[in-house]
Amino acid sequence: MKEEREKHIIALLVENKPGVLARIAGLFSAKNYNILSLTVGETTDPEVSRMTIVTEGHPLIIEQIVKQLRKLIDVIKVMDLTEVGEKYVERELVLVKVNAKGESRAEAMRIAQIFRGNIVDVSPDTLTIEFTGNEEKIEAAINLLKECGIRELARTGKVAMLRGTKSLKIS
Amino acid sequence: MRLKGFEIFWESLIREGVEVVFGLPGGAVISIYHAYAKYRDRIKHILVRHEQAAVHAADGYARSTGRPGVALVTSGPGATNTVTGIATSYMDSSPVVVFTGQVPTSLIGMDAFQEADIVGITRPCTKHNYIVKSTEELAKTIKEAFYIARTGRPGPVLVDIPRDVSTGEAEFEYPESVYIRSYNPNIKGHPYQVKKAVDAIVSAKRPVIYAGGGINWANAYDELKMLVEIIQVPVALTLMGLGAFPGDHELFLGMLGMHGTYAANMAVTECDLLIAIGVRFDDRVTGKVDDFARDAIKIHIDIDPASISKNVIVDIPIVGDAKVVLSQLLDELRERKNVNWYEKHKEWLERVKEWKKKYPLKYENSDEVIKPQYVMEVVSELTQGNAYICTDVGQHQMWAAQFIKHKYPRHFITSGGLGTMGFGFPAAIGVQAAHPDDLVIDIAGDGSIQMNIQELATVKQYNLPVKVVIINNGYLGMVRQWQELFFDRVYSETDISVQPDFVRLAEAYGVKGLRATKPAELEKVLTEAFEHKGPVVVDVHVDREENVLPMVPAGGSIRNMILAPPRTKEEDDRIKEAKPLDFPS
Ligand SMILES: Cc1ncc(C[n+]2csc(CCOP(=O)(O)OP(=O)(O)O)c2C)c(N)n1
Ligand SMILES: [Mg+2]
Repeated sequence: MKEEREKHIIALLVENKPGVLARIAGLFSAKNYNILSLTVGETTDPEVSRMTIVTEGHPLIIEQIVKQLRKLIDVIKVMDLTEVGEKYVERELVLVKVNAKGESRAEAMRIAQIFRGNIVDVSPDTLTIEFTGNEEKIEAAINLLKECGIRELARTGKVAMLRGTKSLKIS
Repeated sequence: MRLKGFEIFWESLIREGVEVVFGLPGGAVISIYHAYAKYRDRIKHILVRHEQAAVHAADGYARSTGRPGVALVTSGPGATNTVTGIATSYMDSSPVVVFTGQVPTSLIGMDAFQEADIVGITRPCTKHNYIVKSTEELAKTIKEAFYIARTGRPGPVLVDIPRDVSTGEAEFEYPESVYIRSYNPNIKGHPYQVKKAVDAIVSAKRPVIYAGGGINWANAYDELKMLVEIIQVPVALTLMGLGAFPGDHELFLGMLGMHGTYAANMAVTECDLLIAIGVRFDDRVTGKVDDFARDAIKIHIDIDPASISKNVIVDIPIVGDAKVVLSQLLDELRERKNVNWYEKHKEWLERVKEWKKKYPLKYENSDEVIKPQYVMEVVSELTQGNAYICTDVGQHQMWAAQFIKHKYPRHFITSGGLGTMGFGFPAAIGVQAAHPDDLVIDIAGDGSIQMNIQELATVKQYNLPVKVVIINNGYLGMVRQWQELFFDRVYSETDISVQPDFVRLAEAYGVKGLRATKPAELEKVLTEAFEHKGPVVVDVHVDREENVLPMVPAGGSIRNMILAPPRTKEEDDRIKEAKPLDFPS
């Protein structure tokens, strides 16, 4: 297969039961599929969770991933947001703990301001900043903060949703 | 009605129509077994001697009847012993429901005695699995397990029952129906796709059908035969499909793939339309994928959307049950009245016939030593397609596939996908339990049989009259063949001529043992075995270094077969050039 790799964001509605995450993660490792990120959270219906998986692979592999996910009994709905051809919003949240002594402190605060980050914790030596945004923005902020020295980084992975009225729901 | 979990268990099985359970008790299921006394006149239990055999037996039962087979084992080692059996049925889409005991819910995760996370272990090799968290959920879970196992693309389902769930009490009412919102297999083919398929059939000049196990699971043999006869198209079957179309039919090409016939592999290579039904384009069938039916338009009918365009990209996918979709195709074809199918395909059928005539399956028989292929011909002759034939895995399996005429569906039972040595004998036990009055034969390898030989005690105990025919070549023969052809003839660790005296071993279990070492006595010995009322082991000493041919070297194009001798120089050169890209089955 030619090395034509695409990044896709797949949104899923799944039964909110123990073991479901293991089934999905297990599928990716058993079939040698890539997971770039995976997030899970409850929906308005406590019996249903929503997952967002970012994956990368040849278009045929992506098609297989979607089919294999649909085949899992606990998976209720699968939508390849990248494939449906409509616009979607994607967001990720990160917490960055940076060195903030001397000049770095002012620099870190400036970067936080430019990217509309929130300073959520302060110590004499560090600042912890929260950013939310799409991949581009997050990457840019992290890159600039590297100058100050990043002590710790925690990213949530992406969540995503279609724009407009169309939505992923149980029919 | 309030019942204990161990009663709910049996009541539910009875309501599912389960006739027989294959199992072996232990602490975590001891109360279920204790309760069995009350149900023994309504449901049969067969005590196996190893849990792997329980699952293979349930699998054999399922393959020969189409109904789910059931196994019951204890927690920990009992559960882990089932894994090979489960993976075997998963790969061949066989509906098996496996019940495992589990430590009490309060002890789960504590490394309790005989605790194993069997749900975690079997997640990748079951269609679905459950751990039952309360006695209230038990009946509903059993109902779902059977439903999932048998519908859609069938497969194994495991239900793990903690001890306190089976000893607890709950109101029992067996659910009438199942609704799982996330599970709705598609049965009917999309009408537009069906139309497109028929258009392709009408315009094809060189069509061929490539059909497999899906025909059996969907009970679609009549529809397949009707389609073939109406449109006059040759049929190649996969290993799993043998019997789904009559092996003695004029339009039958034989098995295709690695050890397929010349005619089948050439027809698939040269066709302009490939009609794939209930198959999954396994690498043992396709060989080099890019060359497989390269110039053909491909129609693929399958119940599992994930099978479609997985290994080979197809042009006209139709997701649905093979029986239903074939009926739709037949209906649509009836609309196209003015096609003279025979005329349209005459030239193609002539060519195919030539291939069949020029390169039939062949071997050189001998008066001195029993050729394994000859054993299959004698078995075929004596049974006329009426016996259930189970096999183990190796050369003998391929010879059984090639040289026995498989006439009827669900009569050839073999581990295709996983290729599990040790499958045949316990599977035959399951088949025999389902068909007590039929002749059930296990074609075994001398290596494979030793992987579940302990089941001789089971056939003895229940007087299950399985006939085990050991094709004894003193080798792990299939691996030896690869070593001969592709690994410099170094027979590294494949000589198993240190072996028990199988006749006396059978006798030690109280089972009849027979032996054949000369071609002249073979027919007599097999006749005696098949006519015997109880189980028999027949030790057939065969030519040790016979090879399974034709053969497509793994990863090669299926048009490039190594044919059986006598070979031309060109054919011999091909053997020398051939390099395997992966490992034996
Ligand atoms: C459980 C298991 N282990 C190993 C193999 C690899 N393998 C495939 S065929 C074969 C040889 C089988 O020997 P035997 O049963 O004597 O059959 P023969 O090929 O000689 O007819 C082996 C070892 C396998 N398929 N299954
Ligand atoms: Mg052998």
